[in-house]
Amino acid sequence: MTVSVSAAPPRLVMRGIVKRFPGCLANDGIDLVVEAGQCHALLGENGAGKSTLVKIASGVLSADAGEIFWEGAPAAIGSPAAARALGIGMVFQHFSLFESMTVAENVALGTGDPSPLPALAARIAEVSARYGLALDPQRRIADLSVGERQRVEIVRALLQDPKLLIMDEPTSVLTPQEAQSLFGVLRRLVAEGRSILYISHKLAEIRILCTAATVLRGGRVAGTCDPREETAASLGRMMIGADFAPPARAAAAPAPGEPRLVVDRLSMAPEMPFAPALDAVSLAVHPGEIFGIAGVAGNGQAELLRALSGESLAAVAEAVRIDGVAVGHLGPRRRRACGMGFVPEERLGRGAVPDMSLADNTLLSASRSEGMLSRGLIRFARARQFAETVIGTFHVAAAGPDAAARSLSGGNLQKFIVGREILQKPRLLIVGQPTWGVDAGAAAAIHRDLIALAQEGAAVLVVSQDLDELFSICDRIAVMCQGRLSAARPVRATTVEEVGMLMGGVFHLDGTAEGPGHAPAP
Amino acid sequence: MSDAELITLSAILAAMVRAATPLAFAALGELVTERAGVLNLGLEGMMLMGAVAAFGTAHAGWGYAPAIAAGAAAGAAMAALFGLLALTLRANQVACGLALSIFGVGLSAFLGKSLIGSPVTALPALPVPGLAEIPVIGAALFDQDILVYASFLAAPALHWFLFKSRRGLILRAVGENHDAAHAIGYGVLRVRYAAVLFGGAMSGLAGAYLSLAYTPMWVENMSSGRGWIALALVVFATWRPSRAILGAYLFGGVTILQLHAQSWGIGVPSQALAMLPYLATVAVLVLISRDETKIKLNAPACLGKVFHSGR
Repeated sequence: MTVSVSAAPPRLVMRGIVKRFPGCLANDGIDLVVEAGQCHALLGENGAGKSTLVKIASGVLSADAGEIFWEGAPAAIGSPAAARALGIGMVFQHFSLFESMTVAENVALGTGDPSPLPALAARIAEVSARYGLALDPQRRIADLSVGERQRVEIVRALLQDPKLLIMDEPTSVLTPQEAQSLFGVLRRLVAEGRSILYISHKLAEIRILCTAATVLRGGRVAGTCDPREETAASLGRMMIGADFAPPARAAAAPAPGEPRLVVDRLSMAPEMPFAPALDAVSLAVHPGEIFGIAGVAGNGQAELLRALSGESLAAVAEAVRIDGVAVGHLGPRRRRACGMGFVPEERLGRGAVPDMSLADNTLLSASRSEGMLSRGLIRFARARQFAETVIGTFHVAAAGPDAAARSLSGGNLQKFIVGREILQKPRLLIVGQPTWGVDAGAAAAIHRDLIALAQEGAAVLVVSQDLDELFSICDRIAVMCQGRLSAARPVRATTVEEVGMLMGGVFHLDGTAEGPGHAPAP
Repeated sequence: MSDAELITLSAILAAMVRAATPLAFAALGELVTERAGVLNLGLEGMMLMGAVAAFGTAHAGWGYAPAIAAGAAAGAAMAALFGLLALTLRANQVACGLALSIFGVGLSAFLGKSLIGSPVTALPALPVPGLAEIPVIGAALFDQDILVYASFLAAPALHWFLFKSRRGLILRAVGENHDAAHAIGYGVLRVRYAAVLFGGAMSGLAGAYLSLAYTPMWVENMSSGRGWIALALVVFATWRPSRAILGAYLFGGVTILQLHAQSWGIGVPSQALAMLPYLATVAVLVLISRDETKIKLNAPACLGKVFHSGR
């Protein structure tokens, strides 16, 4: 295949691409060459400029400078429609689907295809059968799982018969089995002569899938390589520009004793139309232990976090106990008084008030434990001092305690929020998605801090979609699926595949699926 | 029933339809605007401008068709002002809409000062031969003026547009997720401007109906809160044209019934009866809104949110 392709002009060439946003140079003279029939990886940390570059290639953004060639000829990609006309299809990282509409309607919107919906539904059925992407055109997006939503995006792109398919972090929301079947589809597309531009920071999957890679760092090209000839460590060094130490696992399993946090058959009705209900969730976290909860987003993790933090109150007070004290009826502040710390999933809005300074943001959770209040008045000096301690201890890159929370990058703000909770010496720390959207350096630092906290004797509960993360820091893992929690397994006694099966709703390992409609792994 | 009673009933029904017509126009227009994700609270102002423009044109003797067109154009012009502020300049939609309402009340009063007390001949009824003589419902459905007939057609037409046509699909998509619509390549602002202008023109027609047909004269603030009721009807209808029409007829019906109740001499103060349509609408609104899921399913997810294209 490579012989026949090398004679043809490259499918896409981007040369000297520059894109400037207020206060940041996102792309600084980037070159990229994607050959025909090639699966090309675009690697880089968050903020390296990957998403900006592909938005330019797909016509969503326009470059400030630089040239684009399509199959050897200069091309101006002024709009998404122009990109589609050339043959560039895009599968977005944050799905660009319309929740309350059907699959067919979404596809109709995405293809610019004026044919009536029934005809389109037939073509959707045809394409999804050809590539093994099962889809019902009449279903509403809101009722689909994340994996199914991605299938809608892919089918939508394939219906336009693209020559280049851009995929932005496609596996970040999939179970390992779903990811495997996606790789099968992508290999097929490449075999048909289509090119794929594959954006990811998961080095392992790039090494098995892609035959060429362009690595970005700080808006520039840090290098190009053949990922099959590199190791994960060498790719990581190109991405980060330095070696980084993966976190050391907690040395030994904690001595069994009285659990610090007990959740006992906790059930909750859903609060939002499409949210799952919590169904008799039980777990116990011991001092010194990191307990992980895995699962595909939207299976009740957000509801569980709310129930644990005290934002939603349990029907039975005994359903949530901290050190034997029933706290199910207590609100967040009184649970914090019991020694609980909490890092929510959303950094901006829940974890921090975007427009307030870091010092003011410490008041949100640390005002009592750190003595920032005096007869109803705020002791601002204390708050500033505490914020400075957090910034110093956790190496937060910020202008100082007066910097607005909004001005920090995602990784730095997360380090600040985690640090704010850890410095209050919680006996129990609950963390939602600790490193979601955080670059690898900051993620490693956060992991080390969580492990250190557990080693000092705190109980830590981590809810995450990132299996690599859970497997590297947790002692035990349980899986959430459709509002129910599996039994916890020691990390050493389980595998990514087993947890992946549970994430897909297969709770009994004899293969009886409890969840609806998940495609089995090939 | 005696013949006299039948004739009364027929007249009551016809009056109900007429009372509902301005609400139907305004609510359907706002429904389209909101489906595109824009909350325009300026209905009252747009209606009044439509009313004064239509009345002024008719009073000058230029005929009904230009008068109706002038009403729609005046409403659309007010909506264009709103679009400039809320869409192009990205000002807060709630604040802009409220300002538009207050501005419209004042401006229409100022422009219509010389028209107070002048009469025009009401928009003539166009009875449909044969059908208009049907007992009881004939007068209500087939012996009305052109604007009432237009309002009959508007709801099914809009239902077809929103849920069957491609342009309607795009309009709903823009209201559901403007970032995704933009990423796919639809002109979010263009669609929203079109929806806002349509909403304004429909409010203008509602105003034109008030001053040309319902009470053929110009009085300051003659919409008397109908714009706000229409706004509530859109939510009550969970953004569906058929239910918006139902709501309009409910309100119109209770309005007429309470007028008749006043004449029957029930021992209730007329002021209390005059509150009835509003109370009935609020009560139904509250009952319907109890089902939060239904509202969330139909509500345009980007309603009232400012769109930044990020280019």
